[in-house]
Amino acid sequence: MVETVLHLAAQNLLSPIILFFALGVAAALVRSDLTFPEAAAKALSIYLLFAIGFKGGVSVSAHGIDATLVWSLVAGVCLSFLLPFAAFGLLRAMTRLGALDAAAVAGHYGSISIVTFVAATSVLQSQNIAGEGYLVAVAAAMEAPAILSALWLAARFAQPDERGPRSRETQGLWREILFNGSIVLLVGSFVIGFVSGPKGLADIESFIVSPFKGVLCLFLLDMGLVAGRGLKASANQLRPGLILFGILMPLLGAFAGAVTASLIGLSTGGTVLFMTLAASASYIAVPAAMRVALPEANPSIYLTMSLGITFPFNLTLGIPLYLSAAQAIGG
Amino acid sequence: MKTTSAKRVEIIIEAPMETRLTDALDRAGVTGYTILPVLGGSGRSGRWSREGQVSRAGGMVAIICIIRPERLDNLLEAAFDVVERHIGVVTVTDCAVLRAERF
Repeated sequence: MVETVLHLAAQNLLSPIILFFALGVAAALVRSDLTFPEAAAKALSIYLLFAIGFKGGVSVSAHGIDATLVWSLVAGVCLSFLLPFAAFGLLRAMTRLGALDAAAVAGHYGSISIVTFVAATSVLQSQNIAGEGYLVAVAAAMEAPAILSALWLAARFAQPDERGPRSRETQGLWREILFNGSIVLLVGSFVIGFVSGPKGLADIESFIVSPFKGVLCLFLLDMGLVAGRGLKASANQLRPGLILFGILMPLLGAFAGAVTASLIGLSTGGTVLFMTLAASASYIAVPAAMRVALPEANPSIYLTMSLGITFPFNLTLGIPLYLSAAQAIGG
Repeated sequence: MKTTSAKRVEIIIEAPMETRLTDALDRAGVTGYTILPVLGGSGRSGRWSREGQVSRAGGMVAIICIIRPERLDNLLEAAFDVVERHIGVVTVTDCAVLRAERF
């Protein structure tokens, strides 16, 4: 088992997507002027969401809908609600974070990172393992519930002076979360892929299949730059307890994901993707929601934790580990 | 050329709060403003930049209003409700405008 993990990790570490991520981190650490214009980064992320959503929809169209899909959605939403409570408990035990910051960080660990999911899909493809296509829809469903848990944790445990005065800012927050651009594009592409099926995929295959990994490499280069600059800027915030949490929490999430996936009866590939979803931490939807709803929480802590520690961990060691664990479970 | 005194209010605020602020300004009857992207900067909460951001959460925007002096308090009250708890800067400066009837 250990040998398999190390072999997969070594293979994964030498893949272009990881090496480009490492290049981004290295460029940031040596203060290179390499940057991605905001519009270019946005265009890359739109492409990835469109492609992964569409291919997921086509896969469901080809294989049909069954009860496992519904159970996966229900389980994903439940995990997204529950994981922040475990994260909050761990943070309070392992770190000196106040209740407000701990609640904000915990919310990130219940939600998901779609790029980690995409990277896991890419690793599965390289191993010729297929996962359930509808897990893209599960990813979309897992974005938001954790935010509710984080807000409840903040309201329940943070001191009133820590939270600041209540305001009307949360008005409209749920509409913004549920209909944020990423979710609309991901779910919309999924539905279009489902409706148009394999024939639709054949029509646009040259655009969304072949260039996919190249675009992912560019996107991860940008992620590496953002993560590296975030780490440099917030290095003084990262106490050992926080770093340890950033590695332990994805393992705990992956364990919960593995148990849930085996109860639902997902395939080996599906189990890896479900574990990855449960193990990943948000850096798009939840930070924006936290800035609106919990502005007193320190953004440099939660962004650095999710983007600077947990994302690289999942990308380099986590995914191979989850793959080995899923193969061991699946026999 | 005839010029008229006015107030220039510049609010630099977190990007996720942009719509909330412009909605509050609209409700307060302030319908003229300009939204500008901000490249980056540094402040009490550290450095930030709009380049390569995968999320808007870390970015900022600048909202600029030119307004008649007697309407200033109304605008500031509306803006303060939104910016009170957030990272950002609100400044008011004197300026002069041409075509005063437009403000």
